[in-house]
This record gives sequence, structure tokens and C-alpha cells, in this order.
Amino acid sequence: MPELHLPWLEMSVLIPLIGSLSVIMIKNSGSARKFCLLICGITFACAVGEWIDFSSLKTFEAHDHWDLIELVFHNDVFVIDELNAPLLPLVSLLCLLTILSTMKTKVNRFSFGSMLVSEAILMATLSCRDAWVLIALLIAALIPVWLELRSRGRSTRVFTIHMGLFVLLLVSGQALISAGSILVGGCLLTLAALMRSGIAPLHCWMTDLFENATFGTALLFVTPMSGAYAVMRLVLPIAPDWALQSIAIASIVTAVYAGGMALVQHEARRFFCYLFLSHSSLVLVGLELVTPIGLTGALCVWVSAYISLGGLGLTLRCVEARTGRISLDEYHGLYEHMPTLASLFLLTGLASIGFPGTTGFIGTELLIEGAVDVYPYVGMAVVAAAALNGIAILQVYFRVFTGRPRIATFSLQVRPAEKIAVLILAALIIGGGIFPQWGVSSRYHAATELIRHRGGQLEDPKHDGQRVVQPDTNSETTGFVSLPTLSQSSEK
Amino acid sequence: MTIDNVLTLLGICVVTSPLVMLIVVGVSSLIDRRLTERSLSRITEIAVILGLTASLIILVLMLTTGRRHVPLEFGNWVFLPEQHFHFHLKFVFDRLSVPFAILSFVLCGTIGAFTSRYLHREPGYNRFFVLYAVFLLGMIVSSLAGTIETLFFGWEFVGLSSALLVAYFHEHANPVRNGQHVWTIYRIADAAFLIAALTLHHLTGAGEFDVLMGTGPWPQGQATISESHALFVGILLLIAVAGKSALVPFSGWLPRAMEGPTPSSAIFYGALSVHLGAFLLLRVSPLLEVSLTLSIAVIVIGLVSAVFGAMAARVQTDIKSTLAFASLTQVSIIVVEIGCGLRYIPLIHIIGHACLRTLQLLRAPTLLHDYHQLENAIGARLSHPTSAWSRIFPVGVRDWAYRFSMERGFLDTILKDYFVRPFLAVFRKCDSLERRWTDLLSGGNSRQSDDVKPHTTSLEEFV
Repeated sequence: MPELHLPWLEMSVLIPLIGSLSVIMIKNSGSARKFCLLICGITFACAVGEWIDFSSLKTFEAHDHWDLIELVFHNDVFVIDELNAPLLPLVSLLCLLTILSTMKTKVNRFSFGSMLVSEAILMATLSCRDAWVLIALLIAALIPVWLELRSRGRSTRVFTIHMGLFVLLLVSGQALISAGSILVGGCLLTLAALMRSGIAPLHCWMTDLFENATFGTALLFVTPMSGAYAVMRLVLPIAPDWALQSIAIASIVTAVYAGGMALVQHEARRFFCYLFLSHSSLVLVGLELVTPIGLTGALCVWVSAYISLGGLGLTLRCVEARTGRISLDEYHGLYEHMPTLASLFLLTGLASIGFPGTTGFIGTELLIEGAVDVYPYVGMAVVAAAALNGIAILQVYFRVFTGRPRIATFSLQVRPAEKIAVLILAALIIGGGIFPQWGVSSRYHAATELIRHRGGQLEDPKHDGQRVVQPDTNSETTGFVSLPTLSQSSEK
Repeated sequence: MTIDNVLTLLGICVVTSPLVMLIVVGVSSLIDRRLTERSLSRITEIAVILGLTASLIILVLMLTTGRRHVPLEFGNWVFLPEQHFHFHLKFVFDRLSVPFAILSFVLCGTIGAFTSRYLHREPGYNRFFVLYAVFLLGMIVSSLAGTIETLFFGWEFVGLSSALLVAYFHEHANPVRNGQHVWTIYRIADAAFLIAALTLHHLTGAGEFDVLMGTGPWPQGQATISESHALFVGILLLIAVAGKSALVPFSGWLPRAMEGPTPSSAIFYGALSVHLGAFLLLRVSPLLEVSLTLSIAVIVIGLVSAVFGAMAARVQTDIKSTLAFASLTQVSIIVVEIGCGLRYIPLIHIIGHACLRTLQLLRAPTLLHDYHQLENAIGARLSHPTSAWSRIFPVGVRDWAYRFSMERGFLDTILKDYFVRPFLAVFRKCDSLERRWTDLLSGGNSRQSDDVKPHTTSLEEFV
């Protein structure tokens, strides 16, 4: 397998991990915030570095230079490929912006150490292709969130029950696959991934999380769409078409359902949760179509959702930091106090529904086109879900930012750090919207490669290190294809 | 320099002048460096004059050289050759698009000049011009679009700016509610448009109007799709047109849109935005020629809307609503004309009606004052001659018609009672079930958000 020029992947995992150990020793919250900002900045730089390095190699996948894990265990655990290459910098950017937009008055309530641990786990998860290590990381990501819920004195039962079931399904599913029982194991893995993605009716843990955890923690836990990543790594390589179609149907139902639910919420966090759920379900719809156009659309929407919904969540978090939890039963009139945040809310919200000129536009078009190709009614349902989301976004914009202005004797304007975050997001949203070709081509290439791997085609001579991934004849009777996951399929 | 190069340069000027205006005004707002009223006014003037001049020169060149179709290619914005997917950015100058673009520039220029005085020192002056720039760009892109995707691009810009301008006076609840109402109707219409565009793309393998509607210059193109496909796509487009042009059953948003400032009402609902639906019908008119059923559907919806608009306009108690329904009547007649197979007459009708209605709406705020002066001068109320209808219809029928018109055909009530409320009720029920489920799992109250106070008088209370 080709090598990167530096151990970017290991660095982007180790730096936040070491940072989390160091930040515990800093007693002053302000200094801890600055230190955390530095660590997140370096991690982001590493993630960008690995993306640039990877792009320069012109290959489907690569691993670290001086890959210690590979040297010790002879197994490529952390691999960068066309699927995760843009996700890693975007996730690290989201973490960086979360810290950047954390107001100084709120630093005592936010656990920087826990956040850095979560970032390290997240970066490792999104770099990982080994099935068991990925499962271990997905489970590890639950711990900081669970601990935070406990430390806040909130009920952890909803989260524990759902995630307990997720862990059980995940571990037993993979164990069964390892033991050769592909059909049952595949079904269990699919269920686990759907649960982690919040597919209805298994989604209540997500609303509960937004109710009880800090907004920042909930945002960083759900926005990276680890469930969708698990689907891509664990389910997609082995699932037959009927299984993927079932996931697509369940996802489209969830997308429409969540779009409708977003319209009737009384509180901003719950609205955001349903809006996110609708979008993550749309991504899953596209991923399960397994056609070049549909998959390209899903990958584009995935990337745009990181930016747009991450930005929308951060905007709501900034507003919440100034006003407390936001009721949607009345008009708050905050536009006069924070016009920049109002503009960003609108911009990120519109980008998330694929408004023309924003980063989500072409992705949504491709997704709808891909869906219409395979199932015309699903394509129409995607349009319906996008329409419901659009209505919900403007409704909440009006509730939060319009109305009779409130009395405030001090300035609620965005702080310089928040303004930087706003401008970065706005630049990404509009830049990605005006110049979409590069991003779409990159995602299209990733989509075709993923389909090629899934189809088990013979090694492409242009790509070093690609191996034959052929359907196991034994498993044809069971439906699920007994393929090694992509991580296991890599030859050196 | 050849004539083609000159036309290309002028075409670029037409398209980029509103784009540059939007970039300047939008970016300055986003980075909190608000432009002064004078600067905003000047930028608007420059953008409109540049675009208008270029459009007029193109018109003159087309007339003198006899060209009827001048394409402006920007190439593929997005292109996936293996999948035959492309988003072709193309603009077309023809007998339909050039008059509509000129109309847009003239009316937007008039409104821009009017607004710079009308909204002088208003807190939302900058916001108005940001939305104005979005609207102008949307109108120009829609007018000149050479592909259905490009038209959709502009169509969405017009929709967003319209909804936000209805809610311009956003410190009051009513304009905001009405803005939301307009946006909701637009989203439904846009969804229909998007499905129609994708279906057309699938049927013909391209999004260019040249391919979709035949290669002849407008209005001589001939669609190459079958009658049943034309009917399906046409019905979807008709829903989009009905939403944008406030035809029945979506007419309820038109008087609501009058909550916005007078200039925006004039430009968006009296003049340009409301005609965009009719423009779309003209652009896809070859589809109507393929399907007789579709043409009949267009005529029926136009006639029903015209009658409804005429009735409702007669009982309104404020001048802007009266003008809004009068606009609806005229737009509906234009739609009927298109359904009847006319092409140039509706275009002339659009231009004439848009100019007249802009003038009327801009005049509206001072008209009442003039009426009062007139009555004071003659020392009596102005007489209102009784309608000829009163001699034809009995009192019962007239009373019913009056109530029907006052209630605006019960259209909003029907939509709310039979569609919106049941739809929301289903999701509220689901929300309640979810609450019970999470309460059961958590062994108590699972929703902290229930404790969120709906109102705090002062932000200091929280901080």
C-alpha cells in the first residue's frame, strides 16, 4: 500500500490524546481553552496535511509513513482512502470551531479534556478500517458522553439502553461474521449501524442526548455521522442489494419523519436534532443506492452536512450561550442584537437544504437524481424531506431572530473569535457552492472506487495495493457476501 | 472584434452586474462593514444601469442583425462525463428573455431609486438592499436561463428574497407569519419544479431548453417528448407556476405578501415575481402544444384564478390588497392566453401589466391622501356608482359572493383545515408518543426542554 510522507494519521490521533492528558493539569479555565485551541489547531493542520499528502499520491488508499501499528501488528489499522480523506480535516475543523466559539463565560461548564479525548477517538474511528478496532473505537466514543451525562446529574437510562443494545448488536454481529454466520451477523451489524445513525424508531437516544448533554458534546458526538461510517466500513462490503434497499427505505422514512418532526418542536436543540437526523438519513439513502450518482450525491451531502449542519449547530450554541435554552413558542427578536449570527444561521440552514449557490446544492441534486434513477418514489420523498427541512429552517430563523427586540444593556454581538468561525464557515459554504467541480469529482472518484471494491472487481492496475475482492460462493445462498471488510482486503 | 464577441461581452455584463452587486453588498454585511445609504444607492444604480444598457444594446444588435437566438455559454459548472451528468451554465438571449430581462432592470432600477428615499434612515435599509440584490440576480438568472437547472437556480433566489422581504418589518408578528406562509407555499412549488426538472432531464437526457423544447428559436420550438410525459411534467410545472404566481389554490399568500414595504410589494408581487410563473409557462410552451389536456388544465386554472381575483379585489378594504388581487386577475388572464396558444400577446401583456402595477403600487401610499383632499375640496364624499351585477343577481347570491370574496374563497381555511393541521397533528401525536417512550425508559420526565421558559423580559435575567 502506498505510504504518506509523514505519519499524519497517527499524529492527528496522538496529538489530541496527549493534549487531553496535559489539559487536565491546567487549572485555569481560560488557559485550558487556549491550550485546547492550540491542540485542535495542530490536529487540524495534521488532518489537512494528510489530505494534501494523500491527494498528491493519486491513489485510492494509503497508510502512514513509519506506521507503528503496521510494523508491530502487521495490519493496516489506520488507513486514509478516498472516503475518509476529506472527513478527517472537516471533523478536526468542527472541533476547532467548537472550541473557538466557546465563550469565555462558559468555559467552566465545558470539559476540554473530555472533548480532546473525543476528538482523538473520532479521528481514530474515521481513519480506521479494521473491523474489530473500529468497533472498539465506536464503543470507546460512548464513554466520554456517558460520563458527561452522569456528571451533569441527568438520567443516562435512555442513552444507556440504546447504546447498550448498539454495543451488543455490534459485537455479536461481528463475532458471528468472524465465525462464518454471515447472514445473521450482517443483519445484526446493520441494525447496530441503523441504531447509531438514529434511524426511526431507534432514534430516541439522539433527542435525549441533545436534551441532557451540553450542546457542544452532543454536536460533536452526532455530527461526524459515525453510524454512516460504520455502514460504509462494516455493512456495505458484505450486504446484498436487498439489505441495502431495506436500509434505504428505512432511511427515507426517517428523513421525511424527522423533517416533519422538526416542524413541531418547541425548543431549538430538539429542532436541530431532528433536522440533523433528516439529513443524516438522506446521506444513508444515497449510500445505500450504490449507484455512482447516488453514492456521489450522498458523499457530497455528507461533506456539506459537516459544514452546514455543524455551522448551524454552532450558531445555535452561540445564541444559547447568550440567551439560555431557546424556546420556539415565541419570537425572540434577536436579530438586532446579533445580525451576524442571524445571517450565518440562514446561510448554514439554506446550505443544509441544498439551496443554490451553497455547498449542499449539487450534492442534493445528485442525491435526488440518483434516487430517482433507482426508485422514483424515493426520489420524490427525498424532495419532500428537503422541502420540509426548508420550511422548518425558516420557521426557526423567524422564531429566534425576529420579533420585538429584547432589552439588553450590554452587547450581545459576536466576539472576534466567533466572527472568525463565522467567516471560515461562510467561506467554505459559499466557496464550495460556487466552485463545486473539484469536490464533486473527488467524491465521484471515491464513489466509483467504493462500488468497484464492493462489486469485488479485479485489481485495477493503476492502483497499487488493491486486491481482489470477490464474492464468496458459500455466502451467495445466505444473501450477505462473505467479503473481508476493506481493511482486511488490503494487501501489501 | 466580431459581432459574436460583442454580444458575448454584453451578455457577460448583463449577468455579472447583479452578481457583483450581490457580492459587494452581501460580503460587506457578513463582515459587519455596513455600507452607507449613499454607497448602497450608488452601487444599485451602477449595477442596474450597466445591466440595462447592455441588455438594450443586445436587443438593438439582435434586431439589426436579425438574430433571434444568442446563447451565452459558461460551460459545464459540474461535469461527470461517465455518468452523462452535467450542470450546464448557459444563458440565452431571445425574444422572450431579452424583454423580460429589460423589464426586470427597468422596474428594479425604479424601485431602487424610490427605496433609497422611501426607506431613508430605516434600521433595515441595508437588509433591504441585500435582499434586493438577491432578487435582482434571481430575476436576471431566471429570465436568461438557457437550461432548466439554471432557471431553478434563479427561481430559488427570487423565492427566498421574496419571503424575507415580506417579513421585512420583522419586529411585528404578522409580517413574519406571512413571510413564513409565503416561504411554505414556495417550497411546495419549488419541490414540484425540481421533480419536473429532473423528470425532463431523464426524458431528454439534457437540461438545455434547446434540447427540451426543440431547436427552433422561441416560440417556434417543438417538444420531442410524448403526450403522457408532457402532461406529467406539465402538471408539475403548473403546480410550480401556481405557487409562484399565486394562482388558485395558492392565492392566499398574495395579500399576505403586502405586509412588506411598499417598494418590495410593488416589485415582487405587483410586477416581477408574480409574473415569473407565467414566464415559466411561456418558456416551456412547446410542452403545452404536445398535450391538449395540459393546455385545458392551464386555461381552467387561469380562468378560476381570474374570476376569484376579480371577486376578491372588489371587497378588499386596503389599497395594497386590492391591487394584489387585481394583479392576480391579470396574471390569470395571461395564463389563460398562454393556455390558448398565444405567445407574443401574453409577453406584451406581462410587460404592460407589470409597468402599470408598479406605478399603481408606488402611488398607493399617497393616493388616500389625495382622495381626502378631493373630498374636502368638493365638500362631500365621492360617489360610488352601483355595480351592474346588483341588477342581475338577487341579494342572497350577492351576499354569498361578498362573504366568499371577503374570506378570500376560503382557500387558506381549506388548506389549513384539510392539509396543514392534520399533517401537523400526526407529527404532534408522534412527538407525544416519543415523549411517553423516553419517559418510560428514563423512569421520569425525560424532557428538560419542557422547563424552558417561553419568555424572559430581559436578557440580563438569564445572564
